[in-house]
Amino acid sequence: MTYIVQDIPVAAQAPPPRPSGVIGWLKANLFNGITSTILTLLCVALFAIAIPPVIRWGLIDAIWQAPNGPACHGNGACWAFIGEKFRFILFGFFPVAETWRPIVVVGIFLLMIIASCNRRMWGRRLGILWILGLFVVFALMRGGFAGMSQVETAQWSGLPLTLILAVVGMLFGFPFGVLLALGRRSKLPAVRAICVGYIELIRGVPLITLLFMASLMLPLFLPAGVTIDKLVRAQVAFILFAGAYLAEVVRGGLQAIPRGQIEAADALGLSYIQRTRLIVLPQALSMVIPPLVNTFIGIFKDTALVIIISLFDLLTMAETSLTDANWQGFYVEAYIFVGVIYWSFCFFMSRYSQLLEREFNRGKRR
Amino acid sequence: MSDSKPSSAPMIELQAVNKWYGEFHVLRDINLQVARGEKVVVCGPSGSGKSTMIRCINRLEEHQQGRITVAGIELNADLKNIDAVRREVGMVFQQFNLFPHLTVLQNLTLAPIWVRKLPKKEAEETARYYLERVRIPDQADKYPGQLSGGQQQRVAIARSLCMKPEIMLFDEPTSALDPEMIKEVLDVMVGLAEEGMTMVCVTHEMGFARTVADMMVFMDRGEVIERAPPKDFFANPKSDRTRAFLSQILAH
Repeated sequence: MTYIVQDIPVAAQAPPPRPSGVIGWLKANLFNGITSTILTLLCVALFAIAIPPVIRWGLIDAIWQAPNGPACHGNGACWAFIGEKFRFILFGFFPVAETWRPIVVVGIFLLMIIASCNRRMWGRRLGILWILGLFVVFALMRGGFAGMSQVETAQWSGLPLTLILAVVGMLFGFPFGVLLALGRRSKLPAVRAICVGYIELIRGVPLITLLFMASLMLPLFLPAGVTIDKLVRAQVAFILFAGAYLAEVVRGGLQAIPRGQIEAADALGLSYIQRTRLIVLPQALSMVIPPLVNTFIGIFKDTALVIIISLFDLLTMAETSLTDANWQGFYVEAYIFVGVIYWSFCFFMSRYSQLLEREFNRGKRR
Repeated sequence: MSDSKPSSAPMIELQAVNKWYGEFHVLRDINLQVARGEKVVVCGPSGSGKSTMIRCINRLEEHQQGRITVAGIELNADLKNIDAVRREVGMVFQQFNLFPHLTVLQNLTLAPIWVRKLPKKEAEETARYYLERVRIPDQADKYPGQLSGGQQQRVAIARSLCMKPEIMLFDEPTSALDPEMIKEVLDVMVGLAEEGMTMVCVTHEMGFARTVADMMVFMDRGEVIERAPPKDFFANPKSDRTRAFLSQILAH
């Protein structure tokens, strides 16, 4: 056996150079070996086959202006249809002369959503802002004062309706879901039983059934002469539904909190509410951002189901626009148009959640 | 105890305390008094109930029989009493249990701000003072995950001290640490002991025990087997079980 002593320290050296430049990148990422090269070529071929026809249909052969439907049928898309119908699809049966009202409402929603994305805004002030914002939204949609004609909720349709159902559903459903999740883990058997029963009941029933119940059954139980607005009933159904789903997502996060965190909070003398608010929920919620956003996206798209109780959301308005005898057969164009709108909102949620995740995980990285 | 003055009453008193986990009798007739300023080191084989015992002192575990009094307050189902005791008793855990989503400074100021209702500025001054004391003043704005184990445990000690507790409980504070980090934590604890803090410490660090303990407690199978000043405890243990345990952990 030789006795080894390293008494001259090895100096730190720069790491070996990494492939750089366009050629280096191509080689490392697209043509790294035979399998990689074949897959790259296959993908290129696939794009070459698929993309040109789409571009030809959507842009080159597309008809951008046309007086009516028959004049608009050609080899390409008829974007003139969207030009003709986009006000109707977006704002539906809202009186045409007052279209500025739903436009402002959508603007308010967008502004509030963007404001809420800034973490520095989070707090009591943001809550007050939302309450005020929703109040303004309601006042603008409803009207009946300051020279604005009164518009019944039955005429609220299109994008504003979709946004109201989705945003209010999430805004109230989320705290409700958090409470349900906490209740499900409560030490009190009665609270736990109620929460478990509620969650299982709502989750076990399709949303359509809930909407039907809210729309058709609920009035039967109300005393004669008492009516609750149909939109309110649908909204409540949405909140109840969102709450149950979000509760299970939040519970997943709660279960991942190590016991030691709760013991440390207890040992410091924090109360249950302080412990939950300051220690448990911040960690639990940041852990479940991906499934949480998944659920939010689902809720957003589920608003399209309100057609079942004759509320006219964005998707329904697109379908309604197709029934115009002068403009027949432009299904693809209509669905692409609303599809892009739905996709924009969902993609925004997805990107924002990734940003949030990065921010929350700062402390975990070394 | 109306006839005794608070100063002479023990800070911690366990009288005939019993506890079961299901059918398993984990604490058996535990009697223990700890006077103000006294340092008690609890040792014993794993599963002997020493952690359970120390965790009963701030009611992280509930005892089923007997009486536990801490700083003159009896621990029972009354939540007010439990909160009052927890405000006066700091605890340091084997796994540190720092709050990973908060910075070191926020870890230290959280309880003083929310439980003691101190103004934020005052809480931060106190926090910086104790960070200085545990010799990591420059880590205040880091997250726990960015610190070494020894540093994390010292932050945990500082976090407890920020509540200005009367009593400090240590539940195997060095068991999860790499060997080279044990000393930095023990040094802080020795410093604390020298200042007259009332301490109950579950540990296998017998060198530390010899230096600071006023009283050694040896537990086995849920019972207190032996209770003696460290000089006698290490020189002439009375019970066979104590002797066997000591020979095992002092052998190397």
